[in-house]
Amino acid sequence: MRNIVTIILLFVATVALFALSLYSGSVSIPVSAITDILMGRGCPDHPSWQYIVLENRIPQSVTAVLCGAALSVSGLLLQTAFRNPLAGPSVLGIDSGAHLGVALVVLLAGGSITTGSLTMGGFSLVILSALLGALAVMAILLVLNNLLRSDVMLLIAGIMVGYITSSMISLLNFRATAEGVHAMTLWGMGSFSTLSLDRLPYAAALIIVGLFMSFLLIKPLNALLLGDNYARNLGIRIRRTRVFLLLTTGLLTAASTAFCGPIAFIGLAVPHIARLLLGSANHRVLLPATLLTGSLLTLVCSLISTLPGESGVIPINVITPIIGAPVVLWIILRR
Amino acid sequence: MKYELRDLVIGYPGHEVAGPMTATLCEGELACLLGPNGAGKSTLLRTLAAFQPALAGEIRLGNRELGQIPARELSTLVGVVLTERIKTQGISVREMVGMGRMPYTNFWGRLTAKDQKHVELAIGQVGIEALAERRMQTLSDGERQKVMIAKTLAQETPIILLDEPTAFLDFPSKVEMMLLLRRLAHEMGKSIFLSTHDLDLALQTADSLWLLGATGNELRRELLVGTPRELVDDLPRFFSSEHLDFDTEHLRFNIHI
Repeated sequence: MRNIVTIILLFVATVALFALSLYSGSVSIPVSAITDILMGRGCPDHPSWQYIVLENRIPQSVTAVLCGAALSVSGLLLQTAFRNPLAGPSVLGIDSGAHLGVALVVLLAGGSITTGSLTMGGFSLVILSALLGALAVMAILLVLNNLLRSDVMLLIAGIMVGYITSSMISLLNFRATAEGVHAMTLWGMGSFSTLSLDRLPYAAALIIVGLFMSFLLIKPLNALLLGDNYARNLGIRIRRTRVFLLLTTGLLTAASTAFCGPIAFIGLAVPHIARLLLGSANHRVLLPATLLTGSLLTLVCSLISTLPGESGVIPINVITPIIGAPVVLWIILRR
Repeated sequence: MKYELRDLVIGYPGHEVAGPMTATLCEGELACLLGPNGAGKSTLLRTLAAFQPALAGEIRLGNRELGQIPARELSTLVGVVLTERIKTQGISVREMVGMGRMPYTNFWGRLTAKDQKHVELAIGQVGIEALAERRMQTLSDGERQKVMIAKTLAQETPIILLDEPTAFLDFPSKVEMMLLLRRLAHEMGKSIFLSTHDLDLALQTADSLWLLGATGNELRRELLVGTPRELVDDLPRFFSSEHLDFDTEHLRFNIHI
C-alpha cells in the first residue's frame, strides 16, 4: 500500500515538473500565452514564442521524460540480470556501443549534423546502427558474464569495451570532416533538444515499445533476483528471458543514446534511488517507480540545464554526474 | 513420487565425475548424500535438478525420464535449496516464500488468494511466522535456510533437493535443520535428498545414506546406498583416516588422538 502511494506521488511530481518545464525556460513567456499555444489557439502576436514552445520546449520536455525513463529502466534490467548493483548502460559500455553505431553513420556516411536534422532515412539509419552497436556490446557482455566469476570483473570488462569503442570513435573522428567531428562532439555532451517536433512521435514510439517490453519481464526479473539456478527451478526459461532482456535493454539504451547522446549516471543511479524510496526490490513496484523516478530526475536535470538564461544551455552530461556520482559512492560505502 | 537412477554417469563433457550409479529415492524418505570434497556431490545434485544433463544412464521421475519432463511441469515436481546466497536486498521473507508459487501464478506473477494461503501454510510448516515481515538480508544463515525451505514447500513439489543445508550453521541449528527436514519427509511424505558433511548428524537422522566416493585403491567413484545400519561395514572404508575408528555398535565415529 505504501508503495502504491509512493508511485502515485512520483507520478504527480513528474506531471507537475513536466508542466513546469513547458512553462519555464531561458526565454520568459507569459503563462497565458503558453497555455494558448498548448491548447492550439496559437499566439499570432509573437510567432517566436510559438516556435519556442512547439519546437523547443515540448520536444525537450518529452525527450527528457522518455529518455530518463528508458535509461533508468535499462539500468534496472541490467542490475537485475547481472545481479550487480553497479551495472548500468554507461558503466557496461552499452551506450558506447550505440555511440559507435551513431558515429559510424554520422561521420562516415557524411550525415552532416545530429539526428534531429537528418533526413528520415538518415534518422532511421542512425537509430538502427545505434541499436546494432548496443546489442553487439550486450552480446559480448552476456558471453563474458558466463566466463567471469566476479562482479567487479564484469564491470572492468564493460569499461574495457567502452575504451575500445571510444578508440574506434576517435579513429573515425580522425578521418571525418570538421563539421562531422563538431556535430559528434556536441552530441556526445548530451542534450534533450536535438529532436524536432515532427520526429518526436517516432522516437516516443520506439521508447514506449521498449518500456512495454520491460513490463512483460516483471515475473522473470523477480525470479532472476534469486540467481539463474533458482529461477530455472521455478520454471523460468533462462535463455529466452536473457535474449528478450538483451533486446529490451538494447532498444531502450540505443533509442535514448541516439536521440540525446550518451547520458551518464542516470541508468546507474536511478534504480537505487527508487529502491531507497520503496524499500523493496520487487519489480512489480520497483519497475514503475524506477521509470517515474528516471523521468522526474531527468526533468530536473533538463530544467537545471536551461538555468543560465540567455547565454545558452548547459550540456546534460555536466549535470548528471553531480547527481549520479554521490549515489554510486553511497552504494560502495554501504556494501 | 520416486526418483530412480539407473546406471547414471554424471560429469561434464569429456570429464566423467562419477558413476555408473543405480539407486532409488523413495517417497517420505530423508536421504543424505555423503562423500569427500570433489566426490561429485554437487554434480549429482545438479544433475538430479536437471541443471545439467547426465552423461549416460537415466534418471526416472515417476514413470518418466527426467529430460522428457517440460521445464514448467518439472518446477512443480522438484524444488531446490542451493548454497548460493541471495545477495539482493529489499525482499521480505513473505515475498521470498511467495516466489515458490511462480510455477502456478499467471504471466504477471500475481499471487491469488489460494497462492497466499499456500505461502502462509509453508511459513507455518517451517515455523518462521515471526520472521514473515523481515527482510532477507537481516536474517541469520539458519533463518535464511529455513525461508528457502519454506519457498520449496510453497512450490508444492513432492521432491526437495538441498545442497549442504547444514553448512555454515552452528551445531544446535544443524540439529534443528535435520529434524525439520526429517519431520517434513515423514509427516508430509516429501522425498528429501540432501548433501552434507555432517556425518554424525546424518547417521542419526537419515532414513538412508548415499555414500559417494572412491573406495579402496580404485580411482572409479562408486555410490553405495542403504540405511545406516546396512552400511555398517562400508562406512569405515569411505571415511578412512588413521585417527578415526568406527563404532559399529553405536553407529558412530570415534576420534583417537
